[in-house]
Amino acid sequence: MSSLSSPLADKRDIVALEGVTKRFPGIVANDGIDLSIRPGEVHVLLGENGAGKSTLIGMLSGLQQPDEGRILVDGKPTPITSPRHALALGIGTVFQHMMLVPTLTVAENLLLGGPWWQRPRTEELEARVAEITRSLGISVKLHAKVSELSLGEQQQVEILRAMVRNSRLLILDESTSMLTPKGIEELGALMRRLVGQGLAIVFITHKLKEAAAFGDRISVLKLGRKVGEIPPERFRTLGEQEIISEIVELMFGKQKDDPEAAERPTRTVRADAAPLLQVADLAVAPTENAPGLSSISFDIRPGEILGVAGIDGNGQKQLAEALAGQRAATGGSVRLEGAAIEALSVGERRQRGLRYLTDDRLGEGTVGTFPVSINFFLKQVGASPFWRGGVEQRAEIDRRAAQLVREYDVRTPSLKTPVARLSGGNIQKVLLARELAEGARAVIFNKPTYGLDLANTLASRQRIRDTAARGLAVLLISTDLEELLSMCDRIAVIANGSLVGTVANADDARTKVGRLMIGLAA
Amino acid sequence: MSIDTAPGASANALDATSRVATRRDILHRLLMTLGPILAALIIAGCILLAVGVDPLAYYGYVLEKGLFSPLGIQQTLTRMAPLLFLAAGLIVAFRAGMWNLGGDGQFLLGAVMAAASAPVLVQVMPAWLALICAFLISMVVAMAWSLLPALLRAYQGVNEIITTLMMTFLGTSLANVLVKLVFRDPGTTVPQTRTLPVEDRLPRLFDTTITSGLVLGLAAIIIVHLVMTRTAFGLKLRIVGANPRAAVHAGLGVPGLTVAVFAISAGLAGLAGAVDIIGVQGNVRADWNPAYGLAVIPAVFLARMNGFAAIGFVFLLSVLSIGGESAARRLGVPNHFTLVLVSIVLIVLALAEYVDHRYNQSRKA
Repeated sequence: MSSLSSPLADKRDIVALEGVTKRFPGIVANDGIDLSIRPGEVHVLLGENGAGKSTLIGMLSGLQQPDEGRILVDGKPTPITSPRHALALGIGTVFQHMMLVPTLTVAENLLLGGPWWQRPRTEELEARVAEITRSLGISVKLHAKVSELSLGEQQQVEILRAMVRNSRLLILDESTSMLTPKGIEELGALMRRLVGQGLAIVFITHKLKEAAAFGDRISVLKLGRKVGEIPPERFRTLGEQEIISEIVELMFGKQKDDPEAAERPTRTVRADAAPLLQVADLAVAPTENAPGLSSISFDIRPGEILGVAGIDGNGQKQLAEALAGQRAATGGSVRLEGAAIEALSVGERRQRGLRYLTDDRLGEGTVGTFPVSINFFLKQVGASPFWRGGVEQRAEIDRRAAQLVREYDVRTPSLKTPVARLSGGNIQKVLLARELAEGARAVIFNKPTYGLDLANTLASRQRIRDTAARGLAVLLISTDLEELLSMCDRIAVIANGSLVGTVANADDARTKVGRLMIGLAA
Repeated sequence: MSIDTAPGASANALDATSRVATRRDILHRLLMTLGPILAALIIAGCILLAVGVDPLAYYGYVLEKGLFSPLGIQQTLTRMAPLLFLAAGLIVAFRAGMWNLGGDGQFLLGAVMAAASAPVLVQVMPAWLALICAFLISMVVAMAWSLLPALLRAYQGVNEIITTLMMTFLGTSLANVLVKLVFRDPGTTVPQTRTLPVEDRLPRLFDTTITSGLVLGLAAIIIVHLVMTRTAFGLKLRIVGANPRAAVHAGLGVPGLTVAVFAISAGLAGLAGAVDIIGVQGNVRADWNPAYGLAVIPAVFLARMNGFAAIGFVFLLSVLSIGGESAARRLGVPNHFTLVLVSIVLIVLALAEYVDHRYNQSRKA
């Protein structure tokens, strides 16, 4: 997006973003984002994981620099070069994870970052803190150790730290994620008092209720783009329910620029065919940082695409990994072509034709430093004809790799290029080639178009349709409702690790799925 | 989204240009390795000057005793035998991303077991069979010593750097205890094991004093290099080393491979101990600990875990240690100055790497 066409910054903005774009290898994290931040307003940034919220915060707090576009502070274009610079400009950030030193006292934490050649000015600090806490109606134990405070109290300390440093803009990154309901309420009240004093707040969350309760202005991010904004004037006229339904519409609704929005699957699945992949009562124990799964059951017939919709982080990855055999299931059965495979290893399941295309292309899908050619065969190491008697047959590998490169249109300078040097779309093609090549019977696609550009997105979707057309069973996990609606025969909705409903992809599927996703009955 | 540069069809044409690039790459790497070594020699020379030793005389002695005198070069090549085995063991572990720093404990236990078994075995069976048995015993005992860190790493994710280092202290002490209490030669007053007669030791090469252990060491490191680069097993280990999550995703049995890596690495360290005893020393004295295991680590790093390059660096290390010992005696420099020299090389190398990386970054930007 060109920055010329962006709306001119309002005089009231203390910070404004104009057409800010940030790219990482293979992914556009932020794509032409405009944002205006004003004093006396809580500006809520809403979006799922990977929508680009963290990147945006990184740029505002000086950790990262935009590739395109500009940031205006007080109406003047100002590159924010470092976190220190951001603080000097009056932009204070409270990160998702606490950034306090637990073994020091609150006062010592607040004094960190002062000039090293001076004695810490404790008296001055105490006076300043007393003044701030009085006006905000909170109390902070200055001489308590941080480790003795609750998470909510620690957060107050972090906010206080930003205030002590004369912040005019306070960024709260997923600040409610670790708080109790009461703590969240208190934080909300504190935010209201802070904006009452003329501060600007950017509040990042993915919880719709909080957005509606605490915000003045809401911007919704989706896959790196800003898909909509509710300005304060409109915000005040709407009730909570109306706001939530408007946000749902923005987050999951039709996009004007989606070229496939109108398309409909035209395949017909034979209803009498025996299911190819059958899952019954699959359960996975929750871990520290991932939800578990409970009683997951579904069938997929040959040639059918079953979609799994849901807000990211509701057990999608766990489901995919449990099916592929990477994650231990605590119960339930998985049948492929009628044969039970739940006790088999990852390799044996692949051997039987169950393929898993991971969403973490560089993290686990490939070995970034290895050449493209080897990455095609990462899941077949030792198999003939590429290895004979355990010895690598380089000619055979290169021949087949060249064939796959042609067949799947992988754009690579050479077969020896480390796969991490390719663009995200081409890495995805390598993975597609690896999983769809000979012997596949059922394929799990986990967010197959995540972070891809339009051309590669369309190409990947076509591959998936072709896969189903070949008579394979396809499980398509995606957070992009549009994608599911344009491709699936049926759509199941996952929430908190269980399937809360399955909807046939008919005309009213969009609303039904949307309602299931936010916890309402379809 | 980044723009794709070349269509797949012209991949072959581009391979030719990449070959030129590879040659430039090798030249660049050579420069990046030898340059820092030269700089390190100069810095170490300054240190020598500061303690009142003529650096040229020191380096002269090192080269003369370690490289140019017939006796010196033979000693150097003999010294390489155990170092090559140790380097081979480290290459396996490091390429698989596991930092086995317990080489010294495994080496000493291997050495003690060889010294304990070989003199007994030669009396009951043909010498060649006895030596093979002694090698196997050393290897198995060293492998067993690595089992605990291996299992802890494989199934509990306990950091192997710490566990192997701890096991090396225990192993060194255990080796001492074994020499003093169990395998002590009753015929001597000094605490040491029984001595393997010279005629039963590994044969010397031709008419020199060079041990044929050198050939075994070279074979070991070349085999390890080929296994790591050319076989399915080696590739699996490299996948585990380069991206453990990809290994899980690809369905590799990571715990089993982990235990295998430790066993191979420790087994080679045990063989290093055996080859030093059966080939050269003949017995183990109490409190003997040459600390080869730690000295080899920098050489393997300098070689970037490449077997052939490691042979070169092990040779350099041998020259330095043999030459350094005699230069130290004559010039009154502490014996450990060799280690100082090696560590300066490492630090300068790391700095050069950093500068090179920054330069590349800024050129791209």
